Amino acid sequence: MNFFGYLAGNYTEVLGLTGQHVLLVLTGLALATLIGVPLAVLTYRTAAPRTAVVAAAGILLTIPSYALFGLLITPLGLGTAPSVTALTMYALLPVIRNTIVGLREVDPAVVESARGMGMSRRQVMREIELPIAWPVIITGLRVATQLLLGIAAIAAAVNGPGLGRLILQGLDSAGTPFAVYLALEGILGIVVLAIALDLCFAALNRFTTSRGIRA
Amino acid sequence: MPSAAAADHPMIRLERLTKRYPGQDAAAVDELTLDVPRGEIVCLVGPSGCGKTTTMKLINRLIEPTSGRIYLDGEDVTEADPDQLRRTIGYAIQQTGLFPHRTVAENIATVPRLLGWDKARTTARVEELLDLVGLDPDTYRGRYPKQLSGGQQQRIGVARALAGDPAVMLMDEPFGAIDPLTREALQNEFLRIQSEIKKTIVFVTHDIDEAVKMGDRIAIFAGDGRVVQYDTPEKVLSEPVDDFVADFIGSGAFVKRLTLTRIGDIDPAADWPVVTASDDAEARLSVLAAAESGFAVVLDAERRPTGWLAASLNRGDDRLLGTGLPLLGPAGPDHTLFDALNGMLANSTDVAVVVDDDGRYRGTLTLAAIQTLIHAAPARTGAAGPGGGTAGRTPSEREVR
Repeated sequence: MNFFGYLAGNYTEVLGLTGQHVLLVLTGLALATLIGVPLAVLTYRTAAPRTAVVAAAGILLTIPSYALFGLLITPLGLGTAPSVTALTMYALLPVIRNTIVGLREVDPAVVESARGMGMSRRQVMREIELPIAWPVIITGLRVATQLLLGIAAIAAAVNGPGLGRLILQGLDSAGTPFAVYLALEGILGIVVLAIALDLCFAALNRFTTSRGIRA
Repeated sequence: MPSAAAADHPMIRLERLTKRYPGQDAAAVDELTLDVPRGEIVCLVGPSGCGKTTTMKLINRLIEPTSGRIYLDGEDVTEADPDQLRRTIGYAIQQTGLFPHRTVAENIATVPRLLGWDKARTTARVEELLDLVGLDPDTYRGRYPKQLSGGQQQRIGVARALAGDPAVMLMDEPFGAIDPLTREALQNEFLRIQSEIKKTIVFVTHDIDEAVKMGDRIAIFAGDGRVVQYDTPEKVLSEPVDDFVADFIGSGAFVKRLTLTRIGDIDPAADWPVVTASDDAEARLSVLAAAESGFAVVLDAERRPTGWLAASLNRGDDRLLGTGLPLLGPAGPDHTLFDALNGMLANSTDVAVVVDDDGRYRGTLTLAAIQTLIHAAPARTGAAGPGGGTAGRTPSEREVR
């Protein structure tokens, strides 16, 4: 039996795991955005807190993923909880850094004129700064997504959901006839997801960025 | 804002206004007291770091004063809600600060939206303002700032500052970052607009020539956050209070004063007789023989000058007939004495032909007449006082095409 014959046999399982994988990655990304964007907004103006936040997020990213998933078992148990938490931690750096860079690139004269016309700080952030920084922020989300798609495969090691399970099964059954096929299914699923989500982000960027600031 | 007692108080009054930054010995603005009369343009001018921009930003509280009071139309706004206050004050800056992600129409609608105007009123206002600054609404309302030239961006910046119909405008070098030609066009256009809208304007510039041109009054800042002279441009140029002001004006105070007088405001001499296109050589010679100056102007059927004749032309000379010798650049009502003198120097002559709005002959202006005028000039706005409407130049004097 070749690879495609094998895939024809278990494609429902592969599709289900692919769905879990996307959900896992997007949940981690969403949490990282909910935490990271406000942190960036609060700190981007002043050097000390800004540097501290970026450095902390940078350190999180350097923790080996296998170790981090494992360490999280103690407080969070097995399954989805440690997986989502770990992915959120890894996504923070690209989200925070790009949001800070995007906000700092907004022309100070634009902010000054907005304030000078009587917009409150909150209005300036919501209506002027964030929309202008948006293309840079969304690039951060894109990078984070690509990063998480790969790392999410490790979730299987803590009994988490996603395509990592196929890869792990393949590794566990090394030497059996279908071990390579299983791993290959997991890898291909992730590659296909990477391409699909990147296209989604490109489209999202196009439809949500003002024509006035589109490159 | 209430304006019943318009004559009682200036539009803007700054009272012992001071700004000190922590860690700096010298105040950025030091005990500044300044009245800006209703409907006038006051130019704050001085070297960089003199406190002129700080002073402007103190008025709309983008910078909070350390001490002193700010009154707007008689009302103490030193502790008013800054966001509410700023919505009633127009604000235009050199870098324009246009919102790049919003269209021209959305940019202009910023303050109307903050003020909660309904859609119909806002749309009508946007159209009106685009017309006012000379940009076709149908062409420009949907464009983004990056699709505009520098001059057009400045125009939108000014239109946006005017959108909420504020009585007071603050402008920080609004024409600073553009090429000299466009800059002059925008200055003239703005003076034309101001003659219609009569806002009270605080205009910051580092360029004394711009201050002389734009200002009904000029406040000259020394390097230490103090105003050393606050006067009409004529007074500043003719009677600088000290060496600092004299230095700042630089050489050529009299040449600068030439730009203050428009040809339309002077009475040209009538010492050149006229001949018309249909007069024959004989008639022309007799007019020339009687001319004291020795010259005559040839006019067409509409009384527009087409050329000139000199008494030295001999009978039978072809040049005696037709439109006459070519006329170099007649001076129209919008030209200044500076333009007229420049034309004379360029053409190596000591006289310019003066025409009216329609190009019809009004008379001549000689070098000697300019000399006389420039020494009489300061009397023109001598009556200006802080009383309001009567101060400054009348609209017709300021009319610029």
